Amino acid sequence: MSSVEQAHTGAPAAGEPANAPGTASAARQTGLWRTVGALLRKELLVELRTLESVPGMSLFALSTFVVFHFALNRGSVEGDLAAGVLWVTLLFAAMLGVNRLFVADADQGGFDAFLLAPVDRSAMFIAKALTLLAYLVVLELVAVPAFGLLLLGAPFGPALPGLIVSLALADVGIAAVGTLVAALAVQTRARDLLGPLLALPLLVPIVIGGSRASAPALVQAHQAAPAARWLLTLGLYDLVFGLIAYAVFDFLLED
Amino acid sequence: MAALEVEGLTRRYGERDALSDVWLTLEQGQTLVVFGPNGAGKTTLLRVLATLLRPHEGRVRVLGSELPEQSWAVRGRVGVLAHEPLLYRELTARENLRFHARLHGVSEERVELLLAAVALDARADEPLRTLSRGMVQRAAIARCVLHQPELLLLDEPYANLDPAAVELVAPLIGSAAEVGAASGGRSSGGTAGVSAAEASGADQRARPTRVVCSHDPGGGLAEADVVLGLRAGRPALLRAADQVDPAEIVELYR
Repeated sequence: MSSVEQAHTGAPAAGEPANAPGTASAARQTGLWRTVGALLRKELLVELRTLESVPGMSLFALSTFVVFHFALNRGSVEGDLAAGVLWVTLLFAAMLGVNRLFVADADQGGFDAFLLAPVDRSAMFIAKALTLLAYLVVLELVAVPAFGLLLLGAPFGPALPGLIVSLALADVGIAAVGTLVAALAVQTRARDLLGPLLALPLLVPIVIGGSRASAPALVQAHQAAPAARWLLTLGLYDLVFGLIAYAVFDFLLED
Repeated sequence: MAALEVEGLTRRYGERDALSDVWLTLEQGQTLVVFGPNGAGKTTLLRVLATLLRPHEGRVRVLGSELPEQSWAVRGRVGVLAHEPLLYRELTARENLRFHARLHGVSEERVELLLAAVALDARADEPLRTLSRGMVQRAAIARCVLHQPELLLLDEPYANLDPAAVELVAPLIGSAAEVGAASGGRSSGGTAGVSAAEASGADQRARPTRVVCSHDPGGGLAEADVVLGLRAGRPALLRAADQVDPAEIVELYR
């Protein structure tokens, strides 16, 4: 049988299970992590082609630091003020990524195609959250050094590991809540407005926890490790909101 | 067992009934062609059968599973060709099909087979946004049949296709009427012609059950076993195809 005949008749190709037509697709149930892998790969490919999210997020953060640099009219910032500037900037930059997270799926039928596949719907939540997490990491790789250069008088020094832990914990929470909110907002006509309106109140605890945790690391005179209780708060937030988002996500995809 | 059993299906968008009191039964391997003017409810019917919309009233049974309770059992057994290609514009045809192959647990070899079958292999690595609408439609048809679905839900499958492309893709979507023409020769872009028997299967059981939305009375009737005419969401015609006069279909649009 020629290759084209195989395609027409649905006969299995070499290496494919020799299921009869009709039973072949019914027998297939794609595993969760295989599905997550496929979705993640697709997300990153689309972002690499379009460069719609990460460059925008990074440029926004850089521009904001420049604006703060001139608006605050001082050589450097430290402590609570520095932490506030850093976290508010990162949060608003993250919102740009949140707003774009499901746009290609909603506009190009990706949701429908996914819903028609014999896969666990939670895979989409996991893949999208991991995608947003990756965007945030890249954003911070650009934004945090720029923040140090433009606004922080002294280098991060020994407090850097603590700051990285704070950022990592906050990123997980932003990714979980951002994915949930993005999936909800993208199905509405006012998605660009609704996303930030829903996400910002939910992410206030992240800003509080992140800025309180990282403020000691941003004091020039005596840099200190992040306060454990604020790191714990961030971890608890991640756990609670991560589980809620995971549990609720399937229902958002339903008609 | 019937492939489709619909009893008193109603589906609303807000206050408006998009479908109202639809009844039909379709046996396995049969083709139902749905006619009706724009807004008559054809696409809504396809989306309900595809498990993408919940029925608001009535009973819907697809491939032996009740909707929406057993939607999970239907997913992966249905191939949907909608107005939108359900493909990502920034990805190439090959990347799109490979993505869908992973979701459906299909081998990448079948992706290559289908790219060749729809004559897209030469341009399979160009982003979809750079291809013509007809090429995108061919890619969408390849996606639709990638996982060898038991039920095909086709919304105007030949939209944007030239006659050569129609000959090329018709056997893929089990169109016996078009296969007859295709078996006589090769299309300009195709890599091979196929016979009706090869494309549609040796017997009726091997053919997928199909629901096809069409605006073409002649072509639609030629491939239909059963005809459903919709007007403003209500069934205006439901009969075996050989008992339908084309004039009745034209009348639906007036």
